[in-house]
Amino acid sequence: MPPHIAGRARLLGDDVNTDYIITSKRKRDTLDEQILKRYLFETIDPAFAASVQPGDVLVAGRNFGCGSAMEIAATVILAAGVRAVLAKSFARSFYRNAINNGLLPIECDTNGVAEGDRIVVMLDHAVLTAENETRGETLVRVEVPALVDEILSAGGLVEHVRRRRG
Amino acid sequence: MTRARTISEKILSAKSGIDAAAGDVVDCAVDLVLGTDASAPMAIDYFRRMEGDRLFDPARVLFSLDHYSPPNTPATRGFHAEVRDFAHRHGATVLDVGDGISHQVAAERGLVQQGDLVVGADSHTVTCGALGAFAIGVGSSELAAAMITGRVWLRVPETIAVVLRGSLAAGVAAKDAALALVAELGAEGANYKSIEFCGPAVGDFSVEERFVFSNLAVEGGAKTAIWPVDAATREYLRTRAAMRGDAATSDAGARVVREIVLDLSAIAPRVAVPHSPNSVVDVGAIAGTPIQMVFIGTCTGGRVSDFHEALAVLERAGGRIAAGVTLVATPASREVHDRLVADGTLARLEAIGAIVTTAGCGACCGTSGVIPGDGMNVLSTANRNFKARMGNATASIYLASPAACALAAATGRITDPREVVG
Ligand code: SF4
Repeated sequence: MPPHIAGRARLLGDDVNTDYIITSKRKRDTLDEQILKRYLFETIDPAFAASVQPGDVLVAGRNFGCGSAMEIAATVILAAGVRAVLAKSFARSFYRNAINNGLLPIECDTNGVAEGDRIVVMLDHAVLTAENETRGETLVRVEVPALVDEILSAGGLVEHVRRRRG
Repeated sequence: MTRARTISEKILSAKSGIDAAAGDVVDCAVDLVLGTDASAPMAIDYFRRMEGDRLFDPARVLFSLDHYSPPNTPATRGFHAEVRDFAHRHGATVLDVGDGISHQVAAERGLVQQGDLVVGADSHTVTCGALGAFAIGVGSSELAAAMITGRVWLRVPETIAVVLRGSLAAGVAAKDAALALVAELGAEGANYKSIEFCGPAVGDFSVEERFVFSNLAVEGGAKTAIWPVDAATREYLRTRAAMRGDAATSDAGARVVREIVLDLSAIAPRVAVPHSPNSVVDVGAIAGTPIQMVFIGTCTGGRVSDFHEALAVLERAGGRIAAGVTLVATPASREVHDRLVADGTLARLEAIGAIVTTAGCGACCGTSGVIPGDGMNVLSTANRNFKARMGNATASIYLASPAACALAAATGRITDPREVVG
């Protein structure tokens, strides 16, 4: 499980909808995240996909992942090597999709984070912590609801359902 | 005395077997599971990875080939083949190309009723709340989990009461009132929350109009948007299915986190401007904006009454499409299509020069149908106008009522629909 994630902050704005994460048009050609990740955020930041590095942490404003409930929006982000998203708030469908795929959605005040800051995220014994190492600040430290921790600890809903049935 | 409860609390209590209150996380039995060609292929993949071997109840699982209707790439053809094959093997129903949009058809066939819990891998599943159901949009992995287990875990949402008062003026549509609500909520005003409609004007709205409100509530972030069940609901269902279930009503004194009063009499025709459905202005503020493409369709504005309204306005405005305007009309379902064929509406629209396309999502999200040209302004009856939504990032999409869309097709400009009130 992802107990420890460390990487650069990549800043995004408010109301980043799932169409902006990956356009529906691209989904007509393939559902292969390894290909789709080349077009991550192409509508709002055409240079993003080429510059993303494994370990990068997305840092957004309010209402991240609004719009369509398409799950590929979460899995394309994972395919690009991003394992955590920090935002002031999340749209409910994205929040669930992220958890169900083992992508950590972390609600916190993101105002003080600058592009490139080193962010460290940990999930340990159902306690989720996010720190801005560059600025020596703890962004959030919260207890995760039991069911959510169960799913995240299983690595996502797939393994969770298998365990529950098995 | 028992605690006063909202409709959401009642439905989720019934489905979980627990006396649930807002904030509780409960494991619920699902009545209907909806997948689309945009979400089901991924769900089938999750189904396999979850080692699913059969559906919890094939009669309660419906797949709709609506987003790629018709498919226009080799990959989307492949998605369709995969969904058909999966449904066939597991005994689920497939709504094929041209049958219509998943939640619209589920409602038309009487598969959604009062008190039901509907889980659909499409954000606008919420539309079914118009019939008194708790209907939510989920992703593909949860669709797969629900297909296997027939269950979904949910946090019981807090409720926002939307009180409808007064009456709409001539030339003002349910869409205008719903856009006013979405603007009031902002993009996340109802995030994680349920909306329940109430107030003296509730009974004035037809079920088709209620669909518009519930549908657009998603643009305010709502988890679900529920209407009370009344004579209009029963009339809608009467010809479609045997009534079942109990109508949940909100108790007097049930806890709501916010009350929004919509004074319908004060609402003018509204337009959502690029690139957010929450950026809403009175039509007067942008009247005269040139329009090159008009789209009448989708799960917001593609029903029979929408096309009747559009045709009536077009005819009152001279019965012609302005030079340089492409008018695209896409019925939301086969039932809508067939009724519009039977009463001559589609033939008249085609005679005027409209492009009538296969029932389904059409041009709504750039996956099928007509794509706007570079730099074009589009006026649409849909629910979303994000940049690139219709498949061209340089187009600007405006959202309005069917009447305003039709009038723009006739004049080539955004025009106040009250100018041609019949
Ligand atoms: S018509 Fe548009 S909003 Fe409705 S289900 Fe289809 S793509 Fe989604």
